[in-house]
Amino acid sequence: MTELTSLTIAEARDKLKAKDIRAVELTQAYVDAIQAANEAINAYVAVTPDKALEMAKASDERLAGGKAGALEGIPLGIKDLFGTRDVHTQACSHILDGFQPKYESTVTQNLWNDGAVMLGKLNMDEFAMGSSNETSYYGPVINPWRAEGSNQQLVPGGSSGGSAAAVAAHLCAGATATDTGGSIRQPAAFTGTVGIKPTYGRCSRWGVVAFASSLDQAGPIARDVRDAAILLKSMASVDAKDTTSVDLPVPDYESSLGQSVKGMKIGIPKEYRVEGMPEEIEKLWQQGVAWLKDAGAEIVDITLPHTKYALPAYYIVAPAEASSNLARYDGVRYGLRVDGKDIVDMYEKTRAAGFGKEVKRRIMIGTYVLSAGYYDAYYLQAQKVRTLIKRDFEQVFDAGVDAILTPATPSSAFGVADEDLAADPVKMYLNDIFTVTVNMAGLPGIAVPAGLDHKGLPLGLQLIGKPFEEETLFKTAHVIEQAAGRFTPKKWW
Amino acid sequence: MPGANAMSVDLATVKRVARLARIAVSDDEVERMVGELNGILGFVEQLGEVDVTGVEPMTSVTPMVMRKRTDDVTDGSKADDIVANAPATDRNFFLVPKVVE
Repeated sequence: MTELTSLTIAEARDKLKAKDIRAVELTQAYVDAIQAANEAINAYVAVTPDKALEMAKASDERLAGGKAGALEGIPLGIKDLFGTRDVHTQACSHILDGFQPKYESTVTQNLWNDGAVMLGKLNMDEFAMGSSNETSYYGPVINPWRAEGSNQQLVPGGSSGGSAAAVAAHLCAGATATDTGGSIRQPAAFTGTVGIKPTYGRCSRWGVVAFASSLDQAGPIARDVRDAAILLKSMASVDAKDTTSVDLPVPDYESSLGQSVKGMKIGIPKEYRVEGMPEEIEKLWQQGVAWLKDAGAEIVDITLPHTKYALPAYYIVAPAEASSNLARYDGVRYGLRVDGKDIVDMYEKTRAAGFGKEVKRRIMIGTYVLSAGYYDAYYLQAQKVRTLIKRDFEQVFDAGVDAILTPATPSSAFGVADEDLAADPVKMYLNDIFTVTVNMAGLPGIAVPAGLDHKGLPLGLQLIGKPFEEETLFKTAHVIEQAAGRFTPKKWW
Repeated sequence: MPGANAMSVDLATVKRVARLARIAVSDDEVERMVGELNGILGFVEQLGEVDVTGVEPMTSVTPMVMRKRTDDVTDGSKADDIVANAPATDRNFFLVPKVVE
């Protein structure tokens, strides 16, 4: 039954509707695939086969009765950051040991309301802090892609490494993920999948474990642009429980695929051409330009002068917000507790034992930059630079640019336990150099696979859009996808 | 941005920050963190180059006025749910080590 897991969401949806296949057999195929593959890939940290089959059975009943929802019977993986009622929700951290919420996140509730099936919770960097899925309490995720002729284990990217790997290895039809500095787009690019971070406020953050509240946004990772559009339609909503969610109608994103990009102005920002960038990535970028030009778009050179300050500003703002958001993990109400002689001792020992190295680093930086005497110099300065970063984009959009094309990552997937990266945290941070600007400005951004590098590893291109113009991103990404083709890893597991 | 020396933290500062963050750190860890934090602070130092005269700090990335609601009780009566994940409870109270002497 391997064919069932090779169906995209759109294909499965059609077959389910036509009664060619049943939801239960589709879910069982995924449950079997996960059982066979998860030891090698480590994409899932919690699998829920009983619940999945129960949900699939209910989907079959609704399909038979002509009451199918938009995602009826579609088996999905859920990033461990989303609160799922009575199911493991730990943000892949030891400090949330045993936590099973008594509530459901709004985004996942939206998916269940549309009939989707939950296969389980997906691995991720601890508290979404990382670009390689190596900081997880549950160990690293292994990229289903390998370099030509090599056995070396590669990272899938992060923080949504489990989501991206599961989608690429066909261990789910699609996955939810989150993006604070690139955590959807970078792993999508490393695994040959499509990932979109919508505009800040498009999806509700209620019930999603918070990392940096002014930057976090939920979004889908899927096998192609159509599937990503289908998922986002179900995920997005305005929510009274999240006052940063925006009350705008959610369009039928899928219908933007196939629309013409003729006459669209595509901006090419010179500041995204960074020193030391591999030749292949520059070439792929130019290839993307050529494809869009062929489709009738107009290419415009643009400047986003404050681009290089986005990453340092992010590494002040995000840790600062994280230090505040992670203050709640104190061993009192949930998760791990390490006993102490008094309450402060308990807090200190619990947090020391519960948080991993990267999380501690970021809490420490965040605490420092917000502390008396440093707040103005660091945090306030970074927030002012953030205004300038957003202003750069606004000026370019006001001048008539419809979307911006950039590389998604400065390299293809690198090796697990890379010594250089382990020795220098800042080197790891540089993986997000093309993606953080988008979070800092609150804009939507999509990563779409565009080619393979000389090692046979996927590379992606990124499109950045105007606020709430995800339709523009889907139709433009679709043009690139049609030209570039699809990329599936060779099965080694 | 502060002057040349402000970018570095020393052992005492790291210990102070760890206390603020309520994270116990061993002496080895403090040593390591001095290096790592200074690496990160060195990286962010370049923000000082930016002329931010007259620029407002960003408070809302998507321009909006916060939606409000009337101050009514709309939730509650679920103490069991609230303590369900707690390490130590007693009759719907969270139990903790002594807070005050």
